[in-house]
Amino acid sequence: MKHELPADAAWSVPVRAGRAITLTALADNANASVLIVGADRLDRLNIPDTLKSQMTARIHVGLVLMSDRGLALATVTESTLDWHDCLTGFLPSHLLLLELAKHGLGAADLHGGINFFTKVAVSSAAALSLVPGHATAGDSVTLRADQDLLVFVSTSAHPWATTPAGGVAVQIGTAEPGDPEGLRPEALRALELVR
Amino acid sequence: MSALDQVIEAGDGALLSVPAGGRLRIVDLHGNQAVDTLFYDAHDIDNRYSAFDTIREQRAVYLTTGSRLISTRGDELGVISDDTCGRHDTVGGACSQESNVIRYGHHTRHLHACRQTFLTLGAHAGIGQRQLTHNVNFFMNVPVTPSGELTFADGLSAPGRYVEVTASRDILVLISNCPQINNPCNGWNPTPVQLLGWW
Repeated sequence: MKHELPADAAWSVPVRAGRAITLTALADNANASVLIVGADRLDRLNIPDTLKSQMTARIHVGLVLMSDRGLALATVTESTLDWHDCLTGFLPSHLLLLELAKHGLGAADLHGGINFFTKVAVSSAAALSLVPGHATAGDSVTLRADQDLLVFVSTSAHPWATTPAGGVAVQIGTAEPGDPEGLRPEALRALELVR
Repeated sequence: MSALDQVIEAGDGALLSVPAGGRLRIVDLHGNQAVDTLFYDAHDIDNRYSAFDTIREQRAVYLTTGSRLISTRGDELGVISDDTCGRHDTVGGACSQESNVIRYGHHTRHLHACRQTFLTLGAHAGIGQRQLTHNVNFFMNVPVTPSGELTFADGLSAPGRYVEVTASRDILVLISNCPQINNPCNGWNPTPVQLLGWW
């Protein structure tokens, strides 16, 4: 299944456990803000727990995205970029709020998300700035679903962007067998709990 | 005369109603304690503190004097109006029994954790799992590096240092004085803090 979201759109898509979801930038400087909810439609992506258990402040290959309840939601298996932002949030568009409402979710579910294709640089004093030109058309990232997921995708521009929003393709396909290299013990524990 | 003067033991917490203009001071009595704190619009708990909207609005990771605590709707819930510590975290989230298992192993499954306190006290205000979000960790030092790493470091706090929040509207403040004994953020030794309020 493949669907191309235009710029400034929002969509939600179920992804069955064991399948892979690939996001592909259709334009330079595209941004895909993503929220992920687990199989029970309550257990959400927890960015702080994902970061602190894997000692990172960016999303990259070899990370397991973890839920509020310490379960693996998805594993980042491939990416042409080594940095996807997860520190600066996003302004939820009306269209994204409508997508949440379609599933009985709402403002209470606006948890931390990922801005795929966006890099926000961190200074030595931890001041933040957007890195222009980080993503170019054709850049892609693939997540393997480790349980049945509901994935919300918004293609609004990052709030700091000075370039227009771009489209993003969403493809659901077969996941590669095996875990990516370099998973930390914490990531393997989160995976064991859903296997 | 303060409206509030209360010592919170490690592993305990508080649910406070602070009116607009009220000042809440948290005193790190023994140094290097982590005080996990959530803020809600008192009249609409879905309009709640948002760590990543707060970070984006101030274009910096750490919280200190002048940091505006921003809600999911973009409203200012409060401002850090005084700070003798200098740096507070809002990226590291709270400990939970579930995240303890992931980070430290299955033997920690039944240790007390901040989420247990949040759920216990939050229930009095209708704050359940869906209403829990990514919190502030007052006095906790979680450096984020230019290469995109995140670490837990010894605290920058010391006995008697404090942080003060002035409410920008009527707010609820949900506090868990962290009981974590498995990492250095509170020196492997959780200790009491003092809450002082003026309103």
